[in-house]
Amino acid sequence: MAQPGLEKRTKTKVEDSSSLKGTLASVFLLGFFLIITWVGVFLLFLNRF
Amino acid sequence: MNAFTEKVNKIDRRDAKLGMAHFYVAFIGLFLGGMAGLLQTLVRSGQFTLPAGIGYYQLLTLHGVVLALVMTTFFIMGFQFMAVSRTAGTLTNKQRKTAWVGFWLMTIGTVMAAVMILLSEASVLYTFYAPLQAHALFYVGLTLVIVGSWTGGGAIIMAYVGWRKKHPGQPSPLLTFMALVNTLMWIVATIGVASTVLFQLLPWSLGLVERVDVAISRTLFWYFGHPLVYFWLLPAYMAWYVIVPKIIGGKIFSDSLARLSFILFLLFSIPVGLHHQLVEPGIDPAWKFLQVILTFMVIVPSLMTAFSLFATFETFGRSQGATGLFGWLKKLPWGDARFLIPFIGMLSFIPGGAGGIINASNQMNQVVHNTIWVTGHFHLTVATAVILTFFGISYWLIPHLTGRILTKAMNKLAILQGILWAIGMTFMSGAMHAAGLLGAPRRSAFSEYGGAAQAAEWIPYQIAQAVGGSILFIAIILVIYIFINLAFFAPKGEEEFPVGEAANTAEKAPMILENWKLWLGIVVLLIAFAYTIPFIDLIENAPIGSKGYKLW
Amino acid sequence: MHIHKFEKIWLIFGVATLLVFLSVIGVSAFYLGNQPPSCLATINPEQVDTQAPFDKPGLNKVEGKEWDYELVFVASAFNYTPGEVEVPLGAKVKVLATTKDVVHGFNVAGTNINMMLEPGYISEFVTTFDKPGEFLIVCNEYCGAGHHLMSSMIKVVE
Repeated sequence: MAQPGLEKRTKTKVEDSSSLKGTLASVFLLGFFLIITWVGVFLLFLNRF
Repeated sequence: MNAFTEKVNKIDRRDAKLGMAHFYVAFIGLFLGGMAGLLQTLVRSGQFTLPAGIGYYQLLTLHGVVLALVMTTFFIMGFQFMAVSRTAGTLTNKQRKTAWVGFWLMTIGTVMAAVMILLSEASVLYTFYAPLQAHALFYVGLTLVIVGSWTGGGAIIMAYVGWRKKHPGQPSPLLTFMALVNTLMWIVATIGVASTVLFQLLPWSLGLVERVDVAISRTLFWYFGHPLVYFWLLPAYMAWYVIVPKIIGGKIFSDSLARLSFILFLLFSIPVGLHHQLVEPGIDPAWKFLQVILTFMVIVPSLMTAFSLFATFETFGRSQGATGLFGWLKKLPWGDARFLIPFIGMLSFIPGGAGGIINASNQMNQVVHNTIWVTGHFHLTVATAVILTFFGISYWLIPHLTGRILTKAMNKLAILQGILWAIGMTFMSGAMHAAGLLGAPRRSAFSEYGGAAQAAEWIPYQIAQAVGGSILFIAIILVIYIFINLAFFAPKGEEEFPVGEAANTAEKAPMILENWKLWLGIVVLLIAFAYTIPFIDLIENAPIGSKGYKLW
Repeated sequence: MHIHKFEKIWLIFGVATLLVFLSVIGVSAFYLGNQPPSCLATINPEQVDTQAPFDKPGLNKVEGKEWDYELVFVASAFNYTPGEVEVPLGAKVKVLATTKDVVHGFNVAGTNINMMLEPGYISEFVTTFDKPGEFLIVCNEYCGAGHHLMSSMIKVVE
C-alpha cells in the first residue's frame, strides 16, 4: 500500500506543499485563451455579411 | 518494487503478440498515410504535381482512411487490449481468440478498402458522402473493419465481466474501466455508420437499389463521426490520467473524477453529431441548437481533465520541493520522451479544444465550415494531441511487449521527433487556421480559382503548410525508425508498463460508476431525445433519392 | 467523491463561460434571426432547371418580400450557374442554391454565406451585401476530380 499521506506531511518549505494555486492559475489562463479565441471568431462573424 | 511484482506486471507473451500485431498494422498505416499527407501539402503549395496517374483525391482518400480510420483503430484496439491485460490480468484463451478474430477481420477489411482506393475505385474520401459512389468492395472493407472492432470490443467486455465476477463489489482497475467505456461508446456509435453502409450504401453500390437518401446517410454518418473523435481521444486521456502520472513519479489526482469524466464522455459524445451539419438544409435549426447545447456538455469533462493534469504535475513538483506559482513546472522530467511527447500533445489540445468550441458554436460555424481551418483543427486534436500521445505510449509499450528497452539514444531521438512534430504542426496547422479564416476550402487540390484575388492570398499559407508537412514527414520517419528499433533491434531488457496509483487510495470509487444498465440507459435516452425528431423529419420530408455518381 | 475547492471554482467558471457562449449565440440565432442556413424545402434534383426559382439563375429583383433580390445559383459538377454576378452594394438578398448531382459546398469566401448543397434540398441564406468588392465562391465539399476548379464570383458594386 502506498502512503501518500506521509509525503504530504514532510513539509520542506514554508509554503504549503499541497497547494494547487499553480493549477488554478494554469486552468484560468487556459480559460482566458478559450474566451479570447471564441470572442475573436464571434467578432469576425459579426463583421461579415 | 520487488522482482516478483515486476513479473506480475509484465504482459503475458501471448497477449504481447496480439498487441504487436495491431501495432505493426498501425505503423505501416502511419507511414503510408504520412507519405500521402506530405504529397498533399506539396501539391497544394502549387510547386509540385503528382507523378503518373495518381489523383490528388485518391491520395486524400488514402490519407484519411489509412490514418483516421485504420491507424487509429488498430493502435487503440492494441493499446486497450494491453491496458486490460496489464490491469485486469492476462486475457483468457477465449478472449484472446476473439481478439485475434477481430484483428484479422479488421486487417482483411483494411486491405480490401486500400486496394479499391489504389485501383481508383473509391476516391470518395474517408467520409464517403453519397451520392458519390465507390466500389462495393470499399464498403465491404469498411464494414469488416467495424465488425472486427466490435469483435475485439467483445473481448474487452468479456475481460471486464470476468474481472468483476472474480472481484465482487470492487471497482474495476482504472485502465480497464476506461478501456471499457471507450469500447461501449464505440459500439453504440458505430451502429450509425454500420446502418448507412449496410442498409443504404452497400445495396446501392451493388445495384440492388437505384437510389439513396443522401441526408439520412449523412446524418447516420455524423451520428458516428463525432464519437469517432472521442474514440481517438479517450485512449490519449487514459495515458494522461493514468500513465503519465506514474512516468513523472507522481500520483493520479483523483481516481473517481477520472472515472466520472469518462462516464460524461460516454453520455455526451454521441448525441451531438448535428454540430457537423450546422449549415445543412433539411434539419430544423432548433434541433441543431439542441445538439449544440449537448456538445457544450461534452466540454465539461475536458475541463475536468485539464484541472486533474495540472494538479498532478503541481502536486508532484511541490513534493519535490518546488515553490512559487509555477515552480513545479521545472521539476517535470523534460528529458523523458515518455513524458515530453504526450505533454506536447496535451498542450496542443488547448488550441485544439478552443477551435472545437468555435466550430460547434451554431451559426459561428458559417465562418469556418469546410474551410481548411477545420483541417487545421483536427490536425491539432487527433494528429497532435492524440497521435503524439500514442507515440509516447509506443516508446515504452513496444519495448515492454518485445522484451527490449528504450535506450538513451532512442529517447533522444524520440524527443527530437516530438519537437519536430511541434514545429511542423505549428507551421502547418497555424497556416491552415489562418487561411481557413480567409475562406480557403479544405479537401481541395491546388487551384488559382481563375486568378481570383482572394485565392492568391491563400497561396503563401499553402506554402507554409508544405513546409510544415515536410517537417512532419521527417518526424514520421523518425517515429518509424524508433518503432523498428524497439520492435527488432533494441537491447533486451525490461521496460516498465507504467500504471499510476491514485493520490488518495483510501477513497474508493463509487460503485454507481460501474452501473452500465444505468449509463447505457441514459445514453439511449439522450440519443433518442436528440435524434428521433430530426430523423422523423428527414424521413417524412425526404426528396427523391439520388443515383450514384463516379466523378473521379 | 471529493472535489478540490479550486476545481469547483474552475468548473463553475468554465460552465458559466460555456453558458455565456450559448446565450450569446442563442439570442443571436433565435431572437436576432442569425440562424445557420437550415432551409427545409425540397426539390427534385433531376428537374432543377425547370423549377422556379432555379429556372432563372442569377440576380432577380423581387417585390413584397423582406429582401430586395433573390440570388439564385445552380450547382453541378464542376460549376455554378451563374459563373459571375453583380450585386448592388447594400442590397438585401436571399441567396438560394441547390445541386443537380452530388453534394457541393457553397462558400462565399470572406463572408458568412457558407452552406452545404445537397441533392433534393434547397439551401438559402438571407444577408445584406454591405461591403463592396469581389467575393469568390468556392465549392468546399469534395465533389469529384474537378472539385478545386468549381467556383463563381460575386461582385458587389456601387
